[in-house]
Amino acid sequence: MNFINLLFYVFSATAILSALMVVTLRNTVNCVLFLVLTFFATAANWLLLESEFLALVLVLVYVGAVMTLFLFVVMMLNLRREAQRERLTQFWPIGLLAIVCVTALVLLAVRHGNVIFPIPPVAQALDYSNVTALGNVLYTTYVWPFEVAAVLLLTAIVAAIALGHRPIKQGAQQRRQDPAAQIAVRRNDRVRLVNLPSVKKG
Amino acid sequence: MLSLTPILGFAAALFGIGMAGIVINRKNIITLLMSIELMLLAVNTNFIAFSHFYQQMIGQVFVFFILTVAAAEAAIGLSIMVVLYRQARTISVEKLDGLKG
Repeated sequence: MNFINLLFYVFSATAILSALMVVTLRNTVNCVLFLVLTFFATAANWLLLESEFLALVLVLVYVGAVMTLFLFVVMMLNLRREAQRERLTQFWPIGLLAIVCVTALVLLAVRHGNVIFPIPPVAQALDYSNVTALGNVLYTTYVWPFEVAAVLLLTAIVAAIALGHRPIKQGAQQRRQDPAAQIAVRRNDRVRLVNLPSVKKG
Repeated sequence: MLSLTPILGFAAALFGIGMAGIVINRKNIITLLMSIELMLLAVNTNFIAFSHFYQQMIGQVFVFFILTVAAAEAAIGLSIMVVLYRQARTISVEKLDGLKG
């Protein structure tokens, strides 16, 4: 067993253990933090698989943005009251059976993986850039799906803002912008220039 | 070097844990969303493993789009949940029976 294999097993064990924590812990904040750990360990595994760009994107987008969003929502909602009560329902034996069945089935299906790929692929050259290779296909062959993904993200932004701006109680005043007032703003309403005397060094 | 079977086994274990999380947790929508994220992570790991072993970039392009869609889904799901909590004062799956489904 060489060093890369050892690293892979360490990161895999970390990811699987913290994923187990995610689905079993009672405190939702702890769940989110363990999910962050899962993402970090899996990103390390992706690095071992030579997809550096996606590993960094996983850390930046998921850990940096999506998990922060999760944490904000968890802390905004008052979950302590309801989450602390019973968490495991009467369905947990079925859940356990599901995880065992699915994992066993997939392991049964993938045990020939080493037969199909007896020799692991050779490592890329030192001057190989994963970002360049990904960009070469993403901006040529897949440029149309790429643009669609951008539009999808725009839709998500609009939807999230529209949902967040709804009035809290029914019949309350809708929160809205007043474009006329926004346009009518002059510089002197917002900006105040302060004349600071410069300080001589020494 | 790495061989394929342990990687696929790792992804299968992650997927099973995520699926079990969906079945087990009936109290909290946030945990359900996190279980879905776990399953997506397992699928992405499979894509990247095969992309590595076939020496093809297409798998990584697919993971790129999955990440995009999953981020949008998480953002919209969480904002729907905030609105839901404002209306119903709960996010317990069992108490959300307004649609009488």
